[in-house]
Amino acid sequence: MVLMALSGNHAVAWAVRRARVKVVAAYPITPQTTIVEKLAEFIDKGEMNAKMIRVESEHSALAAVYGAALGGARAFTATSSHGLLYMHEVLWWVAGSRVPLVMAVVTRSIGPPWNIWSDHSDIMDQRDTGWIIAMAEDNQEVFDLTLQAFRITEDERVNLPMIVGLDAFILSHTVAPVDIPSQEEVDAWLPERKQLYVIDPNNKLQIGNLALPKDYAMLRRSLEEAMNNSRKVIVEVDEEYGKVFGRKYGGLVEKYKCDDAKYIVILMGAWSGDAKEAVDKLREEGYPIGVLRIRFVRPFPINEIIDVAKGKKGVMVIDRSISFGNAGPLFIEVSSTLMGLNIALKGVLAGIGGIDVGVNDFTEIFKKFINEVEEYGTFIKRQEWWLR
Amino acid sequence: MVNIRELPNKKYLLPGETACLGCPEALGLRALGMALGDKAVIVVPAGCSTIIQGIYPRNSINLPVVNIVFAAAGATAAGLSAAYEMLGKDAVVVVWAGDGATADIGFATLSGAAERNDNIIYICVDNEAYMNTGIQRSSLTPRGAWTTTTWVGKKEHKKDLPLIMVSHRVPYVATASVGYIMDFIEKVRKASKIKGFKYIHLHAPCPVGWRFDASKTIQIAKLAIETGMWILFEYHNGVFRISPPSRPYADKSKRKPIIEYLKVQGRFKGISEEDIKEIEKWIDETWEWYLLLEKHTSSMLN
Amino acid sequence: MAPLSRPSFGASGSKTGTWRIFRPVLNHEKCVKCLLCWLHCPYSVIERPSDPKGYITIDYDYCKGCGICASVCPTKAISMVPEGE
Repeated sequence: MVLMALSGNHAVAWAVRRARVKVVAAYPITPQTTIVEKLAEFIDKGEMNAKMIRVESEHSALAAVYGAALGGARAFTATSSHGLLYMHEVLWWVAGSRVPLVMAVVTRSIGPPWNIWSDHSDIMDQRDTGWIIAMAEDNQEVFDLTLQAFRITEDERVNLPMIVGLDAFILSHTVAPVDIPSQEEVDAWLPERKQLYVIDPNNKLQIGNLALPKDYAMLRRSLEEAMNNSRKVIVEVDEEYGKVFGRKYGGLVEKYKCDDAKYIVILMGAWSGDAKEAVDKLREEGYPIGVLRIRFVRPFPINEIIDVAKGKKGVMVIDRSISFGNAGPLFIEVSSTLMGLNIALKGVLAGIGGIDVGVNDFTEIFKKFINEVEEYGTFIKRQEWWLR
Repeated sequence: MVNIRELPNKKYLLPGETACLGCPEALGLRALGMALGDKAVIVVPAGCSTIIQGIYPRNSINLPVVNIVFAAAGATAAGLSAAYEMLGKDAVVVVWAGDGATADIGFATLSGAAERNDNIIYICVDNEAYMNTGIQRSSLTPRGAWTTTTWVGKKEHKKDLPLIMVSHRVPYVATASVGYIMDFIEKVRKASKIKGFKYIHLHAPCPVGWRFDASKTIQIAKLAIETGMWILFEYHNGVFRISPPSRPYADKSKRKPIIEYLKVQGRFKGISEEDIKEIEKWIDETWEWYLLLEKHTSSMLN
Repeated sequence: MAPLSRPSFGASGSKTGTWRIFRPVLNHEKCVKCLLCWLHCPYSVIERPSDPKGYITIDYDYCKGCGICASVCPTKAISMVPEGE
């Protein structure tokens, strides 16, 4: 066990190094830049045997690592916000090609106006693409998720790309102790890269030419099947990682004091820690509340959420982004998951644009809305903005 | 010079595909296969050659192919090439991209790959418009040409992309034509032996988009050289040289009149006298620049 | 399951010989075996004989009748004849 003081971004870089990634291509964007800079340093100093392609845009960054992945090499890229949006069409192409690939997204809000701070707009915008998408709570989980991503994506039941999300600045730039296992320990756990197919002179294969509608639809369905398969793979990898490295997180979700709770808060990302602290404080005051932290947005933890929410009085979903014209996207997904169950549901939009939301805010939010249900039997408004 | 009988008899484009009659891209793909053989891995961004491959799960190209989104060919090829290098795989990565994917939507990724000197061959197969989507103008459409987005003829001149690539000072830049297939094959083979970024611009007259009889593709391509409208050259190791088929036409008096080239293509029907004069000026200027480059860089040889 | 294809004849889904309006016909007497027709056929439907003394043959299952072979033949040994004649 080697503890290093690392920012979330540097934790990502260390995981990429440990995973023996061979090709990196990325374009700088605040606040992802220090991931790329650290990887460039590792490579240039000979500490990491990889090639870095200094691409001229994010669209090219994902295309380049896609090419590398097709050729048989473990590859990686990272981006945020507008960079992620710029490469959006390539995300679809990568997932549809069924090639394992890992990308870190430092979640940052989208302009205009320009805003470099954290919310989840960019990452939630990728839900439909076919990528597995996970969000970390702290720097240790950032490292662990990134390393696990290579294992999950390359599993023969999966063969899908994966995004590891970390909040801008809160995790990306804040330094915390992170346990970095040794190269030997990782080598013993993470096997050599395998993938469904490789494009090279030994394989006369062509990827992606025109398909007629029925064939296309069948391919899409098999992608969905793979996404569903990934559920158990994620849990298996989490369990195994726990045995080998001593850290287990609970699979697609993390349950915090949910069993005897009457109210559940659902959220994801760095602020989950503050939410848990708020829950601790409120429990001292007698509020029966728990946190269900979403670790994986895709595949969406449908059964896990139903399991926890069944029989509860109220579920509150805290979103750090909004799907304009409806509600926060997590709230929309949780609502559709829990439809038919007799539970009060409420969405709260907070932290948008990087507004700081801490323990005191959460304590106030949770208390207010629990009191609402206790008094009226339901939440008053379906959705509310928290703009302190 | 390669002998025609030394070319492989293997079919690299399999019959029964979807190309139009007289298609220069189909011919070019065949030539590419014959030039490189089984070591080639081809990256194809959206364009005619996407469709020429036919319908999944069949493919008419007898080589590994990566189809990719329109603006990403250069970068995808760079990634493939990097992987092969890291994994010790022996392969020649070739981008086979149309003028749209190269000069317009994929311009940034082209320039990026060139500036980084990525180890790939980039071939622009230039039919001078967005043919696959139905003949819309591109920056490589010549002045005066009809397209479905320039009904009275394009106002702007054809962007001199080969010269732009020479300005990147990459190891190898060449222009070629489907009218001089052996010259093209030689250039591709030469490029495959060089490390770094190689660019070949293949002039590809399209019967459907340019409005001429399908059987005349080769003649039109030759006429482009004979009128001086398309110039064959090589730029290698910093030395710029006009290729032998174009050499006679460095002398303007030897060039056939431009009208000979324009009048056999329906896309130039009704072209104005002013446009013809402007085209001639542009071509003369292009020749001047190229000959200057040739003179200057050859003097550097000694 | 991935969108992977394999090299095949007839990738258009049909035998493209049905596209023809004119078919190329070789006159052996005029043919000088230069192979220029074989070189310039965009579709690989001209078969180059393994014996250098032999004549090319045309795969009429797939030949689209574009006429390039006839057009480049230096001795006009190939004629484009209307289909059905």
